[in-house]
Amino acid sequence: MVKIEENKFYTEHKKIEVLAAAPIVYIPLSQHLGKICDCLQVKIGDTVLKGQLLSTAQAQPFAPIHASVSGKIAAIQSWPHPTLGACKAIVIENDGKDSAAPEFGKNLSPEAAGKLTPEQIRESIFRAGVIGMGGAAFPTHIKLNPPKPVHCLLINIAECEPYLTNDSQLVAEKAPEIIAGIELEARCFPLQKIYISIEDNTPEAIAVLTKELAQRSWKINGIEAEMAVLKSQYPQGGEKQLVQKILKTEVPRGKLPFDVGVTVQNVGTVYAIYEAVYKNKPLIERVVTVTGGCLTTPKNLLARIGTPVKYLIDACGPLKETPVKIIAGGPMMGIAQFTDQIPVIKSTTGIILLGKREARRAEELPCIRCGACIRECPMGATPALINQASNKSFWAEAKTYGALDCIECGLCNFVCPSNRRIVQSIKRVKLEAPR
Amino acid sequence: MDNKLIIGSPPHVHTRETTARIMWMVTVSLVPAGIGAVVIFGLQALWLTLWSILAAVATEAVIQFLSKSKISIADGSAVLTGLLLAYNIPPNAPFWIPIAGSCFAIAIGKMVFGGLGQNIFNPALVGRAFLMASWPAAMTTFCAPLGKADAVTGATPLAALKEGKIVESLSYLDMLLGLRGGCIGEVCIIALLVGAVFLLIRGYISWHIPVSFIGSTALLMFIFGRQGAFTGDWLFHILNGGLLLGACFMATDYVTSPLTARGQIIFGIGCGVLTAVIRLWGGYPEGVSYAILMMNAATPLIDRYTRKRIYGT
Repeated sequence: MVKIEENKFYTEHKKIEVLAAAPIVYIPLSQHLGKICDCLQVKIGDTVLKGQLLSTAQAQPFAPIHASVSGKIAAIQSWPHPTLGACKAIVIENDGKDSAAPEFGKNLSPEAAGKLTPEQIRESIFRAGVIGMGGAAFPTHIKLNPPKPVHCLLINIAECEPYLTNDSQLVAEKAPEIIAGIELEARCFPLQKIYISIEDNTPEAIAVLTKELAQRSWKINGIEAEMAVLKSQYPQGGEKQLVQKILKTEVPRGKLPFDVGVTVQNVGTVYAIYEAVYKNKPLIERVVTVTGGCLTTPKNLLARIGTPVKYLIDACGPLKETPVKIIAGGPMMGIAQFTDQIPVIKSTTGIILLGKREARRAEELPCIRCGACIRECPMGATPALINQASNKSFWAEAKTYGALDCIECGLCNFVCPSNRRIVQSIKRVKLEAPR
Repeated sequence: MDNKLIIGSPPHVHTRETTARIMWMVTVSLVPAGIGAVVIFGLQALWLTLWSILAAVATEAVIQFLSKSKISIADGSAVLTGLLLAYNIPPNAPFWIPIAGSCFAIAIGKMVFGGLGQNIFNPALVGRAFLMASWPAAMTTFCAPLGKADAVTGATPLAALKEGKIVESLSYLDMLLGLRGGCIGEVCIIALLVGAVFLLIRGYISWHIPVSFIGSTALLMFIFGRQGAFTGDWLFHILNGGLLLGACFMATDYVTSPLTARGQIIFGIGCGVLTAVIRLWGGYPEGVSYAILMMNAATPLIDRYTRKRIYGT
């Protein structure tokens, strides 16, 4: 088992700081997996309020987008996007008043919340634009309405990506809210069991959660809840790996966790669900870990959606070193950005700034067939041979070695002593091979 | 800062392990056996080894220069090939033997296939096979260890055994220390063990090939003993010839051995059986190098049938 330097010390145990809203925010029309939100509800020159609906899509699946600040719509134009390269975005000039839309932040009493039907819960979640915040960005209301009954809910706090601490810090500070969120979710399924999976390198989060759960005698909504404390290991935070590790079963090839009666939910999403239902707050802000050796004070920031990354970086003090790489997401799966003008979107878990030394990569050498990638591959694929086949465009061969099963965790690439760009070649199979 | 940002496919972090480091680590692990050889046979073992390494590195550099490709001798793979080839020749061979062998090993065993990682056969063993075919006399005349003139002279214990002679003057301790006739790198068993344990602990090799290789040879030698079934001196066969050198340092060559643990066990058993067959019924007293070469040819086939199970299938 390979050990990856976690580098979480930069932001570990650092309280989440609220980042002041930026003077201009850029809210991309696509922040989720599904249809782009191109049914605009506003036009250039309109004045919008914080939490106001900005745009929806014509058909599901989608998650609506909302204004994260109050102010004037200055433009609707193409803008750099952390995962798409560029995307049409609504540009809002912040008026600094932070005036909220009516009903925004209106508290719902626990009694009233207790009377909500699953449909009403899903409706609230949908209206708030909640998506999978671990990075997958799939609209949550659809995930909470699976075509097959789900009997097991897996709450994912296994933040296995190095550097990132946004989820564990959120748990450390918001445990009661998160449990209330889990309860809402639990009511959407005919559940028998709830697992809360967490890695052993987050003692603070484990302690507060244990305390909260013990007070509830390890039951959430009458369903047995269990903490699964896992030894820190990449990439066990992936859905399929978590199902394998905790439930000792596998999701059949080409299927999703609900096919085996399981739903895996990222803890950030759970918190967004809580806020959507109890606080009537659409998803307009999220916790982002801003970290890396280039920063004097790396931080966990609560940032408004649409805030340019530059603004987050500036909030972390003067730079110690000029970054040569800016990554949105974790260092294993995140995307290297070409500009610091990209906005924070709903699925932005972290911003990592790597300096020259941290970003340095060795030259790519021929494969020496050491087999390290095969030993480490969590999907049982043969990365070395996929790489070879892909480079020759032998698509069929690449598929037999498991190219389409790849979850792109990047471990093969990480362990490769010849530093071969294996994930890149696998992505190429997925893009170019005939289906 | 925008125009200075690097973009590239994830992951953005990487292990410190490098191919060059692996090659140098294996080279280092072979140093004790070389020191053992110098102690046992004298400085001639060292000179032959240096000639061999020099020839291997020079051949690679010249070919890469002529083919206008990047000169990659710093990755240590040519040094390792040269070293292993030297370990496979007698300590009293003329100096041009390792030079000819290394040139052939690198040029024909490695570079014609496309260089590092592309060759089908272990280059050092290709070089040895070439030498055995070209100058059999020089390759099979062995001197005795220094100060041990009463030891079997002119032949290795395995060769003596093949000729039906009885090898009595050699204790297991002598064999362990390497006080016998044999190739430069194969004799000092204790030093080879030190190197192999180092590689195992550091994870550069796994146990699969050495254990299955040595185990199956030992088992077959025990079963087909001289005095009838199940009487064979299996320990003698482990401690003699190139079995340990081959099983721990040559059969485990990444490039030419199977990728998965299951494949490696099949490969190791194949090597072990072939070695035993050659030693028992073949024309040569020793079979390790040909056994490995034959199994090298089977490696792609083994890989095909020993894939890992894909998650969810």
